[in-house]
Amino acid sequence: MNEITVFIMGKGYRVPAGLTIMKAMEYAGYLLNRGCGCRGGYCGACATVYRLPGDYKLYADLACQTPVQDGMYIAQLPFTPAERPAYALENLTPDGATLLALFPELARCVACNTCTKACPQKLEVMDAVQSSLRGDIRQVAEFTFDCVSCGLCTMRCPAEISHHHVWQLSRRLNGAYLTPRAEHVKTRVEEIAAGKFKGELDKLVTMTKDELVAAYKARQIEA
Amino acid sequence: MPTNPSRLAYFPGCAMKDQARPDELGTLQALALLGYEVEEIPRWNCCGTVYSLAQDDLMRHVGPVRNLVRVQGMGEKRVLTLCAMCYGTLTRSARFVEEPERLERINAFMDTEDDFRGGIEVVHLLTLLRDEVGYEKLASQVKRSLDGLKVATYYGCVLLRPREFAVDDPERPEVMERVVEALGGTPTVFPERMECCGAYLTVGRSDVVEDRAGRILRSARGNGADLVVTTCPLCQFNLDKRRPAGAPSLPVLYLGQILAWAMGVDEPAVAALLTDEPATGKPVPSGV
Repeated sequence: MNEITVFIMGKGYRVPAGLTIMKAMEYAGYLLNRGCGCRGGYCGACATVYRLPGDYKLYADLACQTPVQDGMYIAQLPFTPAERPAYALENLTPDGATLLALFPELARCVACNTCTKACPQKLEVMDAVQSSLRGDIRQVAEFTFDCVSCGLCTMRCPAEISHHHVWQLSRRLNGAYLTPRAEHVKTRVEEIAAGKFKGELDKLVTMTKDELVAAYKARQIEA
Repeated sequence: MPTNPSRLAYFPGCAMKDQARPDELGTLQALALLGYEVEEIPRWNCCGTVYSLAQDDLMRHVGPVRNLVRVQGMGEKRVLTLCAMCYGTLTRSARFVEEPERLERINAFMDTEDDFRGGIEVVHLLTLLRDEVGYEKLASQVKRSLDGLKVATYYGCVLLRPREFAVDDPERPEVMERVVEALGGTPTVFPERMECCGAYLTVGRSDVVEDRAGRILRSARGNGADLVVTTCPLCQFNLDKRRPAGAPSLPVLYLGQILAWAMGVDEPAVAALLTDEPATGKPVPSGV
């Protein structure tokens, strides 16, 4: 077996090449009951930082998505402490003043771009901070649509911004106030409430199995 | 790289995209009428707002310099800003990194950008009108004269201080007065035109700003002004929104708004001050 050496929390292990960081940790004997979730790169629970030998850079990524490399130094960051003030969406207005009132540290951004470099989703995190500062909520929501709230940007930020909470609020404001209403959904819900489909539904649930199969076979299929 | 002299890289700054949005629209239309192809620089960030005076705090210059890198990426040699604060931080950071060692350290830190090579000039609306357009051409482009409207020209701090970054003589500036004259207005020079509005004390000590705004507005009114113009969205906000009870109610506008109106652009805030009376051409103050 092709083995490489990785250092997990400072201790060296021989692990098979080609594993993800997460699999390598389990191979080394770690039982992951925090810092591990979907294993598919969606939940953001397995934020991890690492360095490579001979390289000054500190890298950040998701443990379930990143293959191990020989000589890698690994530490997991299963949770990012971050302040999230309480708010009631219905009392807020979708503008920059709202974001700054709840997250005044946004104004401390020095545009160093460290957040962007840390993002495992390759989002333009700094641009989202800048859009927040100029009150462009829709743009913030679009920039951060794929955020998995792993917290790596927040851990690296010299201005101590709690990015993922700002993004969540921005997407909520965008959804509640700035996105056009889906009128056809509203209409359909009203039709359902008014009983428009009740007859057909009642007919279906009272059918015998044979009748159901026959109806299924005779159904109209869209071309 | 050949540059088109009428193409103008534009750094809006945050205020112009948020609370000062009405200042921006007309100003940009007026610049288009003056023959400029104004192009907003891509992916700009906050200028830094308050220029850092710490000698060893290079990080504070990354924001402004990153914007200059974007201008460089457009192939342009100059960048316009409409805001006095942005003008201050961008100009001073551009000067700060003229020292090669500082530039090298900043470029090493900004390893995701092209290296900044320097040589970008920052221009402000006022310096553009004075040095490129010129007062005479500006006057010749006026479609609607301000017709003697008495305009108090308020500079505030950062356009004139510190001295080595001033857009004009820091003790006897005249650029804003000359622009107002070119537009057909009557500049009202008043003693408080270079006083500080209180700037960012507006966040935590609005009482100080109210006190200063009251003094400035009383002085402008006392010297006969019909309105005050500024070229700084923060000064404008402070003089207008922090106006204390009992202070004169004269309007506080951005200079670009009277520019726009004079150039024939729809500008409701100025139109409200003047009723068109072609027969006499007399301005009718709005009762302030």
